[in-house]
Amino acid sequence: MSVLEMIYGTPAGKFVARKAGLAEPPKLRRGRVLPTGPIVLGELEGAGIVRDTLALIGVSPGQPIVDTPSGRVKDDKGRDVPPSYQSRPGALLIDATGVSQIAQLEGVRALLRPVMRSLEASGRIVIVARDASTVEGLEAKAVSQAMDGINRTVGKELRGGATSNLVLLTEGARPSDLASTLSFLLEGRSAFVDGQTWRVGRASVTHELSATPFRERVVVVTGAARGIGAAIARTFARDGAVVVAVDMPSAGDALAGVANEIGGSALQLDITSADAGQRIVSHVSSRHGQDARIWAIVHNAGITRDKMLANLDERLWAAVLDVNLAAEMRINDHLLTAGDMPGGLGEEARLVGIASTSGVAGNKGQTNYAASKAGVMGYVWALSEELGGRPVTINAVAPGFIETEMTAAIPFISREIFRRTNSLGQGGSPVDVAETLAYLCGPSSGGVDGQVVRVCGQNLIGA
Amino acid sequence: MMSRTAVVVGGNRTPFVKAGGKFAAAAAQDLLTAALDGLAARFALAGQRVDEVVGGAVLKHTRDFNLTREAVLGSVLSPLTPACDLQQACCTGLEAVVYASNKIRLGQADVAIAGGVDTASDAPIVVTEPLRRALLALNRARTIPQKLAALASIRPGDLVPVPPGVVEPRTGLSMGESQAVTTKRWGISRQAQDELTLASHRNLARAWDEGFFDDLVTPYLGVTKDAILRPDTTMEALGRLRPVFGKGEEASMTAGNSTALTDGAAVVLLAEEDTARGRGWPVLARVVDAQLAASDYVDGADDLLLAPSAAIPLLLERNDLTLADFDFLEFHEAFASTVLATLAAIEGQGLGTVDRSRLNVNGSSLAAGHPFAATGARIVASLAKMLAEKGPGSRGLISICAAGGQGLVAILEA
Repeated sequence: MSVLEMIYGTPAGKFVARKAGLAEPPKLRRGRVLPTGPIVLGELEGAGIVRDTLALIGVSPGQPIVDTPSGRVKDDKGRDVPPSYQSRPGALLIDATGVSQIAQLEGVRALLRPVMRSLEASGRIVIVARDASTVEGLEAKAVSQAMDGINRTVGKELRGGATSNLVLLTEGARPSDLASTLSFLLEGRSAFVDGQTWRVGRASVTHELSATPFRERVVVVTGAARGIGAAIARTFARDGAVVVAVDMPSAGDALAGVANEIGGSALQLDITSADAGQRIVSHVSSRHGQDARIWAIVHNAGITRDKMLANLDERLWAAVLDVNLAAEMRINDHLLTAGDMPGGLGEEARLVGIASTSGVAGNKGQTNYAASKAGVMGYVWALSEELGGRPVTINAVAPGFIETEMTAAIPFISREIFRRTNSLGQGGSPVDVAETLAYLCGPSSGGVDGQVVRVCGQNLIGA
Repeated sequence: MMSRTAVVVGGNRTPFVKAGGKFAAAAAQDLLTAALDGLAARFALAGQRVDEVVGGAVLKHTRDFNLTREAVLGSVLSPLTPACDLQQACCTGLEAVVYASNKIRLGQADVAIAGGVDTASDAPIVVTEPLRRALLALNRARTIPQKLAALASIRPGDLVPVPPGVVEPRTGLSMGESQAVTTKRWGISRQAQDELTLASHRNLARAWDEGFFDDLVTPYLGVTKDAILRPDTTMEALGRLRPVFGKGEEASMTAGNSTALTDGAAVVLLAEEDTARGRGWPVLARVVDAQLAASDYVDGADDLLLAPSAAIPLLLERNDLTLADFDFLEFHEAFASTVLATLAAIEGQGLGTVDRSRLNVNGSSLAAGHPFAATGARIVASLAKMLAEKGPGSRGLISICAAGGQGLVAILEA
């Protein structure tokens, strides 16, 4: 810890920091916790699916305030403002699935304006609209993309740990397909997901929402000995999973600690070995029974070997690409092609990887890492297409600045800049990444496929 | 009664480290608990009840009167898991496997864990006999003069702590000195001892490089590999070492071809075969049979550490086997010359010959180290894995010598 960092941690240091505009960041609502204030639903022409979806989640929405010229009132400075909410709303959902004209976007503005200064801490704005691929005509397609611009800006204007996200529905999406996503977005599980847009379509198999969606399901987590991987293992275990925790043999003691804590099993394995896929399958069947199948595999294991390109040799280049990208592809390929067998991939299954904002935006000194993480995104999109009719989804999360041992090693000033340059003004917690992965792997998330969801608090980098 | 078979499902151990090294601050109970926790993680046993855990240590504190049960209570296993301490010098670990396998065969247990631990770093240090007597007198004293008299009887020299004995009580010879007698008697050359030592290091190093120990060892206290191992040692380097046991020109036993004092723990998961198969567990090898023997090394002409050469003929005869019937031979390397003398002794009995290419193929105690009571479980887990990889019908012979002139040998079969 540097001297500067020590001073920064004292009451006097905090006072000076506040004066300099570095306010203490809001504490985010986390976990399977809904907003405390009312959840209000704004429905524009042609809406309906969000109301039906809320019914599945067990939420009865309240009425929104709509900003119209005639409805405005005078504030204490005599300006015309929309009337304020009686109590602070916990969330505003906007069902814009029928919106296809530029003029109709006014409806979105009218719903958003009254809520922007009145949303509770860690409140939520969720806009649900049609994906451009499902609408006809240039104007409708432009309007679909316009929602993205609205969403990203709302995310930047909100305060107090509140977030805004946009869900675009693709062809055939039903309330049962949207339910897992809305539940995730409303609850504290999505704490660090802000300003993001992703697509939800029609699942080939439908499952009901559950607080323990992974009960009796085997979930394999690589890189599970510490940091984000350990948080992933714990989060899946909390949600009922039988976790197979995988990490390098040299991390075996920490790995055993995680596996024992959550009642899972530990597999000491170098994921870059050629037979890693077989060894995972044989471990699953020999530890969790001949009937066990892998429900989900979380390819979390990753390494950094940062060097400016001017100093980067072939060894550091290859190591990062092999661990972060090639190993994941080899293991998935084995699981997807081996057919049904004890310990193998279930017929319905979830594959998830970890990309990074470095992969989205690039990062000085991380060519190898950025290549591998951008590669993960490309792989997700391509494999999702290739899997076509199979009830197997592949997705990824792209974490931004997450508070881990790895990021704690970044020098203080750079670290403070990285953690604050996002809409939530703070770094994320490993559990934020874990919750998003668990959402993507949920049985009821079968309609979420080929998506890369950033868990970055709407990081300004690459946004 | 239905016939029941005891099988080895898997194992776990800490890396082995030279005494006074990175495990110096760990107590025997800590090490054994770590080995149990690693095994539990490998087989998803956290919170589960195992029918029995049996283990022990050779160097044992009085506070460790219930070592194995305390280790179980400190581990993630269910507290309903009972435990037993067992002690048979360096045979402890293997004897624990025999004990648990016999219980499994008899139907007294379906799943058991057997193993051992030793830490020469945390060896029990006791007070001198005069100090002990003085303290007892002090405790009995009723009056001030009596108390002062008791205290006055203590001499400065009495306050020096007494480390554990390293000599055989009945011969006054240390194990190395005893083995030096055997080495001379059997005419074991320095060259042969150093060659066996070199092979042990080379084999263990290769096994580590090949990932053989990936599912047999769990790192502990930042140590990820066996720390005594010298992958780069050579005949020249071994040849430069000065003899430490034996006298004169013929002395040939060095710190290289003798095992180092070692800290570590090892355990093996055993189960009745049907139980193991029912749970989908790996069935690596069956525990076929075992034989214990002792030598008359005090008054007779026997060697202290060659009792296995008396046990092996009995075991082979009972199972109708010869030395040629084994795919792997795991002879504990207390000293290089112990293995060489044992081989000479059994081959001289018309039991066939030992194919040296099948001997300790993944290294043994000279390279790995020898935490006394842990060695048996280290060997059983490694051999069972080698047999499973070799395939059904493959067979292995284990031989372990011990203080007090004892030897325990066992057969595993895939």
